Amino acid sequence: MLEIKNISKNLEDFNLKNLNLSVNKGDYFVLLGISGAGKTILLEIIAGITSPDSGEIFLNKKNITKQKIQKRRIGLVFQDYAVFPHLNVKNNIAYPLKNEKLSAFEKNKQILKLAEEMNITHLLNRKTTTLSGGELQRVALARTLALKPKILLLDEPLASLDIQLKNELRSLLRNINKKGQTIIHVTHDYQEVISLANKIAIINNGSIEQTGTPNEIFQHPKSQFIANFTGIKNFFKAELKNKQAIINNSIAFTLLTDKTKGKGNVLIKSQDIIISENKVESSACNNFKGIITDIIPAPLGIEIFTDIGIQLVALITTQSLKKLNLYKGKNIWISFKASCVKFF
Amino acid sequence: MNKPQPFNIIFSLLGALILLFIIAPLIGMVIATSPQDIIETSKDTEVQKSIWLTVWTSICSTIFFAIAAIPLSYLLAKKSFRFKHLINGIIDLPIVIPHTAAGIAVLGFISRNSYIGKLSSNIGLDFVGHPAGIAAAMAFVSIPFLINAARDGFAKVPVKLEKAALNLGASPSRVFFTISLPLAWKSILSGLIMMFARGMSEFGAVVIIAYHPMITPVLIYERFSSFGLKYARPVAIIFIAVCLIVFIILRLLSPKISKSFYNHKEHKVLHKDRKDFMVMFIFFVTFVHSL
Repeated sequence: MLEIKNISKNLEDFNLKNLNLSVNKGDYFVLLGISGAGKTILLEIIAGITSPDSGEIFLNKKNITKQKIQKRRIGLVFQDYAVFPHLNVKNNIAYPLKNEKLSAFEKNKQILKLAEEMNITHLLNRKTTTLSGGELQRVALARTLALKPKILLLDEPLASLDIQLKNELRSLLRNINKKGQTIIHVTHDYQEVISLANKIAIINNGSIEQTGTPNEIFQHPKSQFIANFTGIKNFFKAELKNKQAIINNSIAFTLLTDKTKGKGNVLIKSQDIIISENKVESSACNNFKGIITDIIPAPLGIEIFTDIGIQLVALITTQSLKKLNLYKGKNIWISFKASCVKFF
Repeated sequence: MNKPQPFNIIFSLLGALILLFIIAPLIGMVIATSPQDIIETSKDTEVQKSIWLTVWTSICSTIFFAIAAIPLSYLLAKKSFRFKHLINGIIDLPIVIPHTAAGIAVLGFISRNSYIGKLSSNIGLDFVGHPAGIAAAMAFVSIPFLINAARDGFAKVPVKLEKAALNLGASPSRVFFTISLPLAWKSILSGLIMMFARGMSEFGAVVIIAYHPMITPVLIYERFSSFGLKYARPVAIIFIAVCLIVFIILRLLSPKISKSFYNHKEHKVLHKDRKDFMVMFIFFVTFVHSL
């Protein structure tokens, strides 16, 4: 449906470099990247607000690179909503409908339908200057959907909402997508979109580093940056020798693989790592003596940062932390099974 | 209660001196004129016609020139182009040049010997000694107030809102009329009021182009030079009163006019103070000019 080919844009302090993307009809496509990675500028290029220096954009096989913004029918919901302050909610939603030759009855019907979908019927006659962030977000969404966009672009739509509103809006966006609306959603928070995306692209420093399904990205991150960015703590470049992954030429992890040699990446989930005060005899092949370098509370437990020659992070419960009396600087043993080490 | 700071006391005293400098001559003028003189002068048809001429030529000049000045302000605020700084400088030129010199410049442009003068003569319009000439002279010296205020107003309209409107399928002209203009309307209205007020008070440029028919500042000068201060003073007081009435009417009407365009609360508070100050300032200038 949408093809972005070799898009480049030079800005004063930032460049987009030869970007390529492909979005299919009905996709919930998430563009994931840190602040300043080039996400918003890419959305603006797709919407036609900013022109690329080179490259082409195809929508349904039609080259729209030079098409005027008002002709593209690609709706963009801005991060700060850009709701018109001098118009009430109803007139904001009606704004794109005025381009269409519809009767007043038809327009009202569409406004009401959208307002019902967004759960803002009670706000229709309100001034937009009196609305909360969550309400403004819904008004901006309703207004953009009134355009009947071929693609809906969302710039950090959940960034400034509290947890409850985030959940509500996530559910709303899922429903919009289920009805067949193609969505490109830009965010810096991978947790925000795990449940929404069917395709993800990681953008870093103006380039796309990896594209794939959420499973492909989270199970097989291509780089340290992607691994860290997507919440994976134990990701290492490694060389396979004799069924062992050698990291930094200093430490070897035993793993289950049918390969015998080659270079690749090693990934160990932090929840698969066991910490003990003394060496424990068990079926785990990987046992290392180390020292605790940091203890940081995480949303699902406590992250224990250890040094075993390289940094390994283990995720444990608060009860385990207390039971083992773990503290910074304490000597401990780390163990994990060979089956927990993924080499790709 | 907090003890007054010496800093605040000194500044307040200095401010009071300035206010006294402005108000004292006006009060002195009112005290020195008998109510009977004012009543008799107000019945003088020459004075009535002159005030009416001053008000409506200023209104016409403001409305006519605003049609082109507002789009120019928009371009200056929103677009980047070569010589933009030069154009901004040219717009401020009428403020800094002596108004008699401005009158001579405008006269050269619209006199019977000029291209425009000849062209307008062909359709029966002679600018010199005509209200149209007065309006042109008024506009020449007062249009910077409108352009600068409107340009500042357009500059404050967030580009994102205009882009959002384009993204929603609106044409550039629809974006201008439905987003940019309503959101800048408060500043534009301030500019219109300032241009109108400044036009009403103009003497130097108008007297070069059209001594007759006499606008009130010219009439005040004429009575002063021909009959003395005693005869000029009542006209000045009546004109000041008219200016004040117009000012109050515009002050009362402007929020209502603006409300139909733009009702953003924060914006309203922000602009109200500035507009009040600017309009007050212009009207004080009007008074001083009238004297």
